[in-house]
Amino acid sequence: MTTVAVRPATMAQALTRAMRDAMAADPSVHVMGEDVGTLGGVFRVTDGLAKEFGEDRCTDTPLAEAGILGTAVGMAMYGLRPVVEMQFDAFAYPAFEQLVSHVAKMRNRTRGKMPLPLTIRVPYGGGIGGVEHHSDSSEAYYMATPGLHVVTPATVADAYGLLRAAIASDDPVVFLEPKRLYWSKDSWNPEAPTAVEPIGRAVVRRPGRSATLITYGPSVPVCMEAAEAARAEGWDIEVVDLRSLVPFDDETVCASVRRTGRAVVVHESGGFGGPGGEIAARVMERCFHHLEAPVLRVAGFDLPYPPPMLERHHLPGVDRILDAVGRLQWEAES
Amino acid sequence: MTVMEQRGAYRPTPPPAWQPRTDPAPLLPDTEPYRVLGTEAAAGADPELLRRLYAELVRGRRYNAQATALTKQGRLAVYPSSTGQEACEVAAALVLEERDWLFPSYRDTLAVVTRGVDPVEALTLLRGDRHTGYDPHEHRVAPLSTPLATQLPHAVGLAHAARLRGDDVVALAMVGDGGTSEGDFHEALNFAAVWQAPVVFLVQNNGFAISVPLAKQTAAPSLAHKAVGYGMPGRLVDGNDAAAVHEVLADAVRRARAGGGPTLVEAITYRVEAHTNADDATRYRGDAEVEAWKRHDPIALLERELTGRGLLDEAAAETVRQDAEAMAADLRARMNQDAVLDPMDLFAHVYAEPTAQLVEQREQLRAELAAEAGPEGAQG
Repeated sequence: MTTVAVRPATMAQALTRAMRDAMAADPSVHVMGEDVGTLGGVFRVTDGLAKEFGEDRCTDTPLAEAGILGTAVGMAMYGLRPVVEMQFDAFAYPAFEQLVSHVAKMRNRTRGKMPLPLTIRVPYGGGIGGVEHHSDSSEAYYMATPGLHVVTPATVADAYGLLRAAIASDDPVVFLEPKRLYWSKDSWNPEAPTAVEPIGRAVVRRPGRSATLITYGPSVPVCMEAAEAARAEGWDIEVVDLRSLVPFDDETVCASVRRTGRAVVVHESGGFGGPGGEIAARVMERCFHHLEAPVLRVAGFDLPYPPPMLERHHLPGVDRILDAVGRLQWEAES
Repeated sequence: MTVMEQRGAYRPTPPPAWQPRTDPAPLLPDTEPYRVLGTEAAAGADPELLRRLYAELVRGRRYNAQATALTKQGRLAVYPSSTGQEACEVAAALVLEERDWLFPSYRDTLAVVTRGVDPVEALTLLRGDRHTGYDPHEHRVAPLSTPLATQLPHAVGLAHAARLRGDDVVALAMVGDGGTSEGDFHEALNFAAVWQAPVVFLVQNNGFAISVPLAKQTAAPSLAHKAVGYGMPGRLVDGNDAAAVHEVLADAVRRARAGGGPTLVEAITYRVEAHTNADDATRYRGDAEVEAWKRHDPIALLERELTGRGLLDEAAAETVRQDAEAMAADLRARMNQDAVLDPMDLFAHVYAEPTAQLVEQREQLRAELAAEAGPEGAQG
């Protein structure tokens, strides 16, 4: 019997591999963005692609995000499959008009005649000690724009699988990369990686019976840690990793909440107007009679992302999550 | 050598060694707009081309009049007229080969129609029953772009993609004077020049961005001068001289196709009508100015040339007029038919496959429609 060695690799390496494999499999896949060529990207996620596939396939563009996305739209119109890198979350905002007015709407505007198979990679979120404008959680803006898919991996295997699925998708996908997980490692088999399809399925990362933590991206490992710590309190916590914010997997989320009867939504993005409000409303509408307590949210505070020396007070951590779990009206059971 | 490697090196060097990368002089536009009609250059113009341009201008003027009338009759939600700008609209369409692509703005339905798109399909957006009435791939015409200048980077990307694939395709993108103030104008021109993409940018300087005159829009010597900053040639042309616009655009297309890179063309013209039917131009300009421009009318200019040279007799002119009338009558008849709309179409084409949430909402609408129709509707 032969066993394939499962080697640890970082999320950044898995993302690189996903683009490399997609480019090798399909000559219409083009990577473009600022510093993605010679340098390999500021996070080195496109490392080696220009060398292997040439500058025509992995292109250093001028420093202009609207221009990058706008030209990628034109390339997709001609039948290419561009994979665009936005260097940082907060630097993607200049491309917002192209994203909202064209990327998200082109299929609809042309009644299906001109779909745009575009992947827009955006490193997002905090926790890396970045100075101003380098740590935004911008997912709520994208979620609120019909026509876009919005996905975000939390594990190395998902980073590969979801990116392959995003590049293969005939719809535009905003691919949010949790930058503090770029260097995270977990067991992954780089010899036989697979795509995660279809886009839009959540996964239960840790089964439990007493409450569900609904989370995604950079907050998944934090929730896993919180779930471990909760055992000391006698709580058996389930963790649902959404993986995809759009489409949203009501089925997996609600199945979990119906089992546990309690739920906390956890994300870095601000709570007010953030994804948690939508998620809590969906759970309440569908699982009201199974709920033992109101759905709570643990989110970043409603303030501009703080300076790096203060960010640990802003980001949802294990203690804040456990506090929320503690407020889930457990006394009703005793 | 790959497409991306064809660019020359431009790297920091110690101060004494620095010099401009290229000589800007050849990129500069002429000080006067280029003209053909009524000049010596007219003798060299192809009579067949002049007659074709004339027929299209007359047809275009009639199209503008008909679309404006349809707006007054409530058949179009809105119509941004290109009356007075027909020379630019027509020439932009005629200089392109079938395999080329046109990127119009919302004021350019005449260019779209001249390219071969059914006028009813070209006006569908403005009628309000659908966003884009035509299949962009059929005539290689991008959807009409309403957000200003956002279509320009698309043209650059498409042209670049064609070049990467080794295809002999040029993109021509249209924008107005107001659009040149947008960031996307700058980014598109910069990308086009850096990539040496086969693109032609046609700016119709019609004097106004709704109510704001060019003096409040830019301090540039001319809009064509903006090209120099990007390292591409700028050309200035009389936008009401159809032969001149055609020649300048055809040169730019030829240059792009041959690998010479992008060109910025500024055509000086005038928006004779208000911005749209919803606008009141008397609030920001006087009749005298409009009348002065009407004396420099694109159709009259070309007609004078053609009749003066014996290239157009009354019989030929009548044929042109009849052809234009027939087009208008057909457009009128078809636009006067009520659009048949299925509300369930709202949910088509949001994604390749509808999300579970959209399926749920679609069923909600279906139930609402059934309730609205009542038991009889349900039976029918």
